Amino acid sequence: MLERALFAVTAGLVPASLYMIFLVAPTEGKMGVVQRIFYFHVPSAFMAFLGVAVCAVASALYLYRKDRRFDIAAHAGAELGVLFCSIVLITGPIWARPVWGVWWTGEVRLTSTLILWLIYVGYLLLRQNADDRDQAARWAAIVGIVGALDMPIIYKSVEWWRGLHPKVLKISGGGGLDPVMERTLLVCTVTMLGLFSCLFLERFRLGRLRDEVERLEADAARREARGSRSPQPAGVAP
Amino acid sequence: MRAGSASPAASREVVVEAERLGRRYGAHAALDGLDLLVERGESILLLGPNGAGKSTLLRILATLLRPSEGRLELFGADPRASDRAALRRRLSLLSHQTYLYDHLTAEENLQFYGRLYGSRPADGDLRSALREVALEERRTEQVRALSRGMQQRLAIARAFLHRPELLLLDEPFTGLDRQGADRLQAMLRDRIHEGATCVLATHDFATALTLATRVVVLDAGRAVVDRPAAGLDPAGLEELYRRSTRSAPSFP
Amino acid sequence: MSYFRIVGLVAWKDLRTEMRSREQAVSVLVFALLILVVFNFAFDFTIIDFRSLGPGILWVAFLFSGVLALNHSFRIEREQDRIEGILMAPIDRSAFYLGKVLATVLFMAAVEAVLVPLAAILFNQTLGGRLGLMFLALVLNTIGFAAVGTLFAAVTTQTRRSEVLLPVLLFPAAVPIALAAVRATSHILAGGPFVYYAHWIYLAAAYDLVFLAASVLLFDYALQD
Repeated sequence: MLERALFAVTAGLVPASLYMIFLVAPTEGKMGVVQRIFYFHVPSAFMAFLGVAVCAVASALYLYRKDRRFDIAAHAGAELGVLFCSIVLITGPIWARPVWGVWWTGEVRLTSTLILWLIYVGYLLLRQNADDRDQAARWAAIVGIVGALDMPIIYKSVEWWRGLHPKVLKISGGGGLDPVMERTLLVCTVTMLGLFSCLFLERFRLGRLRDEVERLEADAARREARGSRSPQPAGVAP
Repeated sequence: MRAGSASPAASREVVVEAERLGRRYGAHAALDGLDLLVERGESILLLGPNGAGKSTLLRILATLLRPSEGRLELFGADPRASDRAALRRRLSLLSHQTYLYDHLTAEENLQFYGRLYGSRPADGDLRSALREVALEERRTEQVRALSRGMQQRLAIARAFLHRPELLLLDEPFTGLDRQGADRLQAMLRDRIHEGATCVLATHDFATALTLATRVVVLDAGRAVVDRPAAGLDPAGLEELYRRSTRSAPSFP
Repeated sequence: MSYFRIVGLVAWKDLRTEMRSREQAVSVLVFALLILVVFNFAFDFTIIDFRSLGPGILWVAFLFSGVLALNHSFRIEREQDRIEGILMAPIDRSAFYLGKVLATVLFMAAVEAVLVPLAAILFNQTLGGRLGLMFLALVLNTIGFAAVGTLFAAVTTQTRRSEVLLPVLLFPAAVPIALAAVRATSHILAGGPFVYYAHWIYLAAAYDLVFLAASVLLFDYALQD
């Protein structure tokens, strides 16, 4: 029920935001049309962080409670984190190239996002390479938690490494962003959140189904094994 | 030979209590609905075809594996809930893996494990442990210089060093020559006499029957036979085994 | 035995084994040296100032050889399932973890102590009194590397493709200390005052504390079942 409602809302929001991005928001003075990519880039970054946060919290809960559902949530969070990170990493250079003439600026946020992407791609690779499901869940949870703990430290270290640089746009802390742009950004962020939630719920459902299939297979195998066992009853002392 | 399960259960401490124990690996169930009760001083001979779950059971009892389902209590406590360190100090697993470090000497390996188990074995203790397995002269040699049989003997010394109350043995006679096997048999007999409890999985029926008070046969993850060892000779045991399992006994 | 005695015991076992076999020390040193040599050829140091690239090159050498050391450390435990002997022992598994970290740090510190003077010779540098300070900065960062590396190695050595998975997971996670090590040693080499690189030292120390603590809590999950 929740899924349907969410899907409907998001389905409505997507055309609305596209409309706002291309027809409502004013063209930025210095960068021109390409600046509109900002409305995809920034909300994606937020969603990437959300995915990582979901993964970390679910991982911790899984280790604490060993409930399969937390593990599925953690996996879904990591996948979405990687997905939205990829969008950030693709839209970033596309934006940067026409504006500054370079694909990669080594800008703090982009670099940190790249490292985040690497960590969670590693998370997904680890899951693929672990055979036992419970082991995979536990090990991935460790990486998920370490990755999230590391993020602020990575961010800080990259910031210091690059020295303080001029901000790309006066995005953070008001001042300088046109109110229409601000509104567009807000709508886009909410849309992205809707997309994230729909994908997450779908992925979660898929994970649960997969577990169910495994469980049924195991039960069937067990019944077969029992059926073919020796007919002798368990011996008791004479 | 003691008649183990014939005495009233109330008079003896329960060392192992397993109820509907199960252990799954993906879709395959190595153990499935296993019940087992072992009292102090008993020595169980564990039999079964390959894949019946003997090693899995021993590893669960050694707290190396956790059961997927069912209830397990060791020395009256649930290993998952209680102080695992205290439980682990009281048991020992001897399998075909020696758990010895190649580049440490025989003495150093025992030192390491002795300290790991909470004591500071004096030189004298280490020497007598090595003497018992006839390795005293080789004590300063690195393990990689020892033959397979000697390594197995050192592994035995390691397993017994901390005086465990529950001895878990998975094919311990493999790799031992006649002398080594006799020595191990004598050591086990001594420990059992001193009150240790023993669960022994082996294909060496003759040796095992001199030590066992009870025979448990596993098949496909469950106990299909559980009876006192009294009155069984190797031939009778073989017959019992053949009758109760689907597959032929796997003799070396 | 008390917790810290176990830590020392595990470290003693690893280091004793290493001293006897020497297989680890030689291969790690040679590998690290090779990386230095490759960089020596890769860049023209008559034009480029070593002091700007040197710390980075050194740290690349330590990162890669460190991964070798970590993999080896757990491979010994994996062979013949020796880890089970540890798992059955009545100890706190985090003590085993700290013992491994301690052994790795001491081992890597020895490698660093050999490699830094060698690098100085190879790249024609005089390091003088700043050598000690540089060494300390390196060790501080090595602690962080070993803290996360040991935790990850415990996991990856149980998977297929373990040799690839460890660097894939560890390198991004270790970025903060890589940056801290390179910047701090750069400043030290250039003779800068402590205040120039103090924040990097504090960052490394914070990283070490956070991940030692986190790993002590998480390590048991890496080895369960």
